[in-house]
Amino acid sequence: MVERPDGEPPVVHVPHPEMHALLAPGHNFATVTEKISSLVLQKGTPLWWFAGFGVSFAVMNLMLVSIAYLVFKGVGIWGENIPVGWAFDILNFVWWIGIGHAGTLISAILLLLRQEWRTSINRFAEAMTLFAVACAGVYPALHTGRPWLDYWLFPYPNTMGLWPNFRSPLIWDVFAVSTYATVSALFWFIGLIPDFATLRDRTTSRFAAHVYGMLAMGWRGSARHWHNYDTAYLLLAGLATPLVISVHTVVSFDFAVGIIPGWHATIFPPYFVAGAIYAGFAMVLTLAIPLRKLYGLEDFITTRHLENMGKVMLATGLIVAYGYMMEVFAGWYSGNPYEAFMIKNRMLGPYQHFYWALIVCNVISPQFLWIKNVRTSTVGLFICAMFTNVGMWLERFVIVVTSLHRDFLPSSWGMYHPTFWDWSTYIGTIGLFFTLFFLFVRFMPVISIFEMRTIVPGAEVREETAS
Amino acid sequence: MSAGPDVPAVRVDLGGVRRRLDGAQGRTYWRSLEELARTPEFLEFLHREFPAQASELDDPRGRREFLTVMGASLALAGLVGCTKQPDEKIVPYVQPPEQAVPGRPLFYATAMLDRGYAKGILVESHLGRPTKIEGNPDHPASLGATDAAGQAWVLGLYDPDRSQTLAYRGEIRAWSDFLAAMRSALAVQKPRQGVGLRILTETITSPTLAAQLAEILGDLPSAKWHQWEPAGGASAAPQCRFDQADVILSLDADFVMDGPASLRYAREYTARRKRPAEEPMNRLYVVEPTPSATGMIADHRLPLRPSEIEGFARAVAAALGESAPPAGSSPAAAWAAAVAKDLQAHAGRSLVLAGHYQPPAVHALAQEINQRLGNVGQTVVYGPPVAARPVDGPASLAELAADMKAGRVEVLVILGSNPAYTAPADLAFAAAMDKVKLRVHLGLYEDETAALCHWHVPQAHPLEAWSDARAFDGTATIMQPLIAPLYESARSAHEVLAALTSRPDRKGHDIVKDFWRKELGADFDRRWPRALHDGVVAGWTVATATTPATATDTAGPGTAPSPPVAAVTPPATGGGLELVFRPDPYIGDGRYANLGWLQELPRPVTKLTWDNAALIAPATAARRGLANNDVVELRYRGRTVKAPVWTLPGQAEETVTVHLGYGRTRAGRVGNGAGFDASAIRTSDAPWAGSGLEAARTGETQVLASTQEHWSIDAEAGTRHIIRSVTVDEYAKEPEAIKEQTEIPPRDMTLYPNNTFAPHAWGMSIDLNSCVGCNACVVACVAENNIPVVGREQVAKGREMHWLRVDRYFSGNPEQAETIRAHFQPLPCMQCENAPCEQVCPVAATVHSDEGLNDQVYNRCIGTRYCSNNCPYKVRRFNFLLFQDWSTPTLKLQRNPDVSVRSRGVMEKCTYCVQRIEHARITAHNEGREIRDGEVQTACQSVCPTQAIVFGDINDPGSRVSRRKAQHRDYALLAELNTRPRTTYLAEVRNPNPELSASAAAEGSEHHG
Repeated sequence: MVERPDGEPPVVHVPHPEMHALLAPGHNFATVTEKISSLVLQKGTPLWWFAGFGVSFAVMNLMLVSIAYLVFKGVGIWGENIPVGWAFDILNFVWWIGIGHAGTLISAILLLLRQEWRTSINRFAEAMTLFAVACAGVYPALHTGRPWLDYWLFPYPNTMGLWPNFRSPLIWDVFAVSTYATVSALFWFIGLIPDFATLRDRTTSRFAAHVYGMLAMGWRGSARHWHNYDTAYLLLAGLATPLVISVHTVVSFDFAVGIIPGWHATIFPPYFVAGAIYAGFAMVLTLAIPLRKLYGLEDFITTRHLENMGKVMLATGLIVAYGYMMEVFAGWYSGNPYEAFMIKNRMLGPYQHFYWALIVCNVISPQFLWIKNVRTSTVGLFICAMFTNVGMWLERFVIVVTSLHRDFLPSSWGMYHPTFWDWSTYIGTIGLFFTLFFLFVRFMPVISIFEMRTIVPGAEVREETAS
Repeated sequence: MSAGPDVPAVRVDLGGVRRRLDGAQGRTYWRSLEELARTPEFLEFLHREFPAQASELDDPRGRREFLTVMGASLALAGLVGCTKQPDEKIVPYVQPPEQAVPGRPLFYATAMLDRGYAKGILVESHLGRPTKIEGNPDHPASLGATDAAGQAWVLGLYDPDRSQTLAYRGEIRAWSDFLAAMRSALAVQKPRQGVGLRILTETITSPTLAAQLAEILGDLPSAKWHQWEPAGGASAAPQCRFDQADVILSLDADFVMDGPASLRYAREYTARRKRPAEEPMNRLYVVEPTPSATGMIADHRLPLRPSEIEGFARAVAAALGESAPPAGSSPAAAWAAAVAKDLQAHAGRSLVLAGHYQPPAVHALAQEINQRLGNVGQTVVYGPPVAARPVDGPASLAELAADMKAGRVEVLVILGSNPAYTAPADLAFAAAMDKVKLRVHLGLYEDETAALCHWHVPQAHPLEAWSDARAFDGTATIMQPLIAPLYESARSAHEVLAALTSRPDRKGHDIVKDFWRKELGADFDRRWPRALHDGVVAGWTVATATTPATATDTAGPGTAPSPPVAAVTPPATGGGLELVFRPDPYIGDGRYANLGWLQELPRPVTKLTWDNAALIAPATAARRGLANNDVVELRYRGRTVKAPVWTLPGQAEETVTVHLGYGRTRAGRVGNGAGFDASAIRTSDAPWAGSGLEAARTGETQVLASTQEHWSIDAEAGTRHIIRSVTVDEYAKEPEAIKEQTEIPPRDMTLYPNNTFAPHAWGMSIDLNSCVGCNACVVACVAENNIPVVGREQVAKGREMHWLRVDRYFSGNPEQAETIRAHFQPLPCMQCENAPCEQVCPVAATVHSDEGLNDQVYNRCIGTRYCSNNCPYKVRRFNFLLFQDWSTPTLKLQRNPDVSVRSRGVMEKCTYCVQRIEHARITAHNEGREIRDGEVQTACQSVCPTQAIVFGDINDPGSRVSRRKAQHRDYALLAELNTRPRTTYLAEVRNPNPELSASAAAEGSEHHG
């Protein structure tokens, strides 16, 4: 890690020995540019891409069928009922939004904190964020009984003379998620502009040159461009930083503002944010480990990157575990029979398997990350990340479904059983996610070329010359 | 009503008029109604078809009203005739009918029938469409309430599966063809004194019908009239006066829910429990094999196997008498002794009654005990039977079946009954029908029996035809039609019976009216309209009734009649389980099987919908390794039927209860395939109970749709102070203890400013001490608020749409069945002042009115379901799919025009019947006054037999609801959440016998655990 104890920007920088771990030895500007841009510009697409894309696209079509049937028939095709008015729709929404968290965190907060190790992973983490938010967005839009009236959620002047209800956390959600999606998209796109220019310049296809040229928005790499670019990027990073906190805080308000035992808890905002980062890094690892293998990017996404992400997962995993512990403690300490029953019902009720599986996935499995050998092993990390992906889904299931299914009046208790259409919509969104991701890795540089160049040994010299 | 010109019936070329009408369907027809109405042909047709309304209800207002009815029914005929209504121009009235103000309903008095007995009703009619049934406060068997089935009568009228055409062997025929067929059959029978003619009816209390039957039997002395009431006749029941009774012992009598007098009994019984602090409470002991509403709310309840009940009654009788002290062998000797002591202490003010399904011996014992205690004439009156001719139904049917098998029956006329389905299996009734040469069936549906008959005549629904009936106490009611028959060929029983007389083609109206003209004598012109208006025939008493002479008829009031012959003692063959048959509490013997409202109504104690089950005690089930939803094969007397198991706390050990009315094959689209047919193992010699049942596991399972889980939840209910129940002594000692069970946060503990409510603040109080769990309020709510039926699968998923539900919590020690009790809690929207639902709706579709109603704006709702999630009472209901029927024309007629019909994707909920509030507001405004207390009655309130629900303005300290809420036992559900509910409850106060308090204490401790 780059040590900057005084917090001042280095003027003449002798590369720190550990710095090399961010980039394999032997790379210079040309090799970095060549390697990354060739992933997009190479002739012939690898077979595995077609296979992966084909499967994802097929699964995405399952989602389209499910949505069509949903709009045609109504939300009754899902397994929801009274009392469980929300289930897969909202839990998957929260799951996807959570996954989307790592991108902004890596792009914005780590940028501001000058964590240079973010450089090789931020691009696809941001892309992942966008795609996850797109998947998440499917749910709130379609979970309503009359989705064609969703626009009533927005405050717009209308002949009905009605505003949305600003007291409702769902309205806060609308703003939080749409802002987040907008800023993330902008951030991602602005970061891509110099690389689009690189691709424009390097491609041999006239068509690609035109497309990349348009996307590059006239980037010529002049000092003035770089100056504007830096300012914009920093500003956006500053804008995005509070969003990392706010989005999941607001999402947690959907529950915390509610009155239902298991929802109504003050610990929700921090615990949700930590959980989101946890989930996000797990998903970044889930994507990065196969990607670096398939594209041979071990030089760029090094063991050190993976290990750092493992550390973040461990830290956030511990916060999440603390959240679980505090929920149990509060259930007991409050002396509130509803809270106490809620905890008892989670642990021993009909959905107890979900709870204990959640503890295994989210509390037990990250403890292996204390071991350096696990953190530096791609297999170990991948397994941990997969556990976390599942665990975070289970967490949302436990929060949404098991809290709702047995609330205050035992007479209205019920059970929720997901239907085929619940699963098909969920799996379909995973298809959508991977479809978008495969398109991304094929047509855009998965690693930021120009940012990688800044960590090539010798890059600092130019910095020195420039200053 | 003023007397008007009586238009004599004129013979007209009916065919010609009909042709004219037929040719004038659709556009032309509707536009020319006014013209047509002025032509002489049309007027004649009118008088011919509807002589009653046209000529006799003879003030001008009535006649115009009738034109509306006529218009609606003709429009309907058009609707039925073609698949799509052609475009029509709607022409306004040139002269609007007086009183028929669009948007303002009219009410007409008539009666509904329960086992042939009348319960008075008032039917709400919107521009000629009956939409909702209310009780008739002036009727002794209603007192303003109705039961659940009564509420569903209006759905029965509009049931699209009703039989619509007269048919011979499935081919459509004209009424004249039927008359001709009857004429030729009679021509054969007449010389032979009618020896081959049999008439099968249900229980008949109608004086007119009885007179018609007497006339036929007079003409054809060898013909026979059989009666079969599958749900059990009530002819033997005495008249009870619960208001006079301090101590009541029920020997398997579910008097609050079952029987022709149940509404009155429930009212009188609970009236003595409404002010436990001020007035002495009554005490109820119930002995029964299967949990009924009555048993579940009793102060003491002893579950006994059916074979043990007679022994128990003997033990009580013995303890009261000079005879030998009770034998120690009786299973509950101590219990019987304590009961006997309590009865003795209240001699003359106690009451012992035996249930409809008990053998004659138990009825005789009950009567003996009452006599010994001096109760007869005080709390119980043994009067002459009300039924035209009380018979032992199973025996009567068995005799008919035997005659049919022997080939002695040539003509069988079945009026309204469905013996092919309801007859006990040992009679093989359906097979025997084959031997009858001419079989005629009159019924509302083309049911199992219709399929086996040559002639099927569609029956006019009682809301479309003239008739009469008597209540449990003999009061007569003229049943008047609310609408012309929806289907042209529909006929009433009077009209079909007339076909067997010398004057075959008479209208029901003429028959009924002629009868009453004779009965009421010279005063007829004054008394007839009065009787129609009031719903009771005033001053017409039992003594003047023309009932055919029978043996039991000679018994005078107060004297001991011969023991009722309703049932036969079950042969005491040892071993195996005991089997109990009961009619379903809502669909009865299956006659209401096609009414979705009733199918979907959770049964009071089991909370099952859409299916019957083999009900079995949890311990008995555990011994046999059975669990809920296991399908067992019930083997009984050589017959078998497969039934799903449902464990029911409080059921007597080693006893299985099955309900009749299910497993129908020709009930209609709704009723077909629901449940299993229990009558497949029923025998005519022991129609209600028997031993020797075996239940064998099949390994199959069947998911039953229950609206409530049980057992696991009931312990939790106690810690949450949901049901609050104390004994009368505890209440006297610490009246505040009920309220103090939870801490109520201060009013200003909210971020938002407190609302003020003016001019009214609507509130509701529900007395848990009065609620018997009958669910009539739920169906009333369904009828009033256009609530859809969702079906078994959706109920099983937890998507029933009832805005109002009646929660049931068990209490007691599962090890001691006698401590098991159910507590019923009706749960409408609480109309919270701090409503959690309102805050979370993103589009402000649920908002507070300035009178404190939690309004749901259906048009604005986008269906996020957040409000329901955040509702701690879970009273909101969501249209997950398109549950409402938007296409069936007849069902559209039923809808309440004052309430929106909700579509898919919208949340809906109880509104305290806001349409009724607005109605009262408009009336009050027009009259320049405030809304009076009691002027607004919610649908659930007005139907409630026990007046458990009171609604009104809590800003007015003098209102009934305010006075109720001022009682110490008033409490708010989940008040600790600071929701400030407007609906509050009055806690249960039970009156246990201290001698038996050991078990009562066990119950109490469990409950408040």
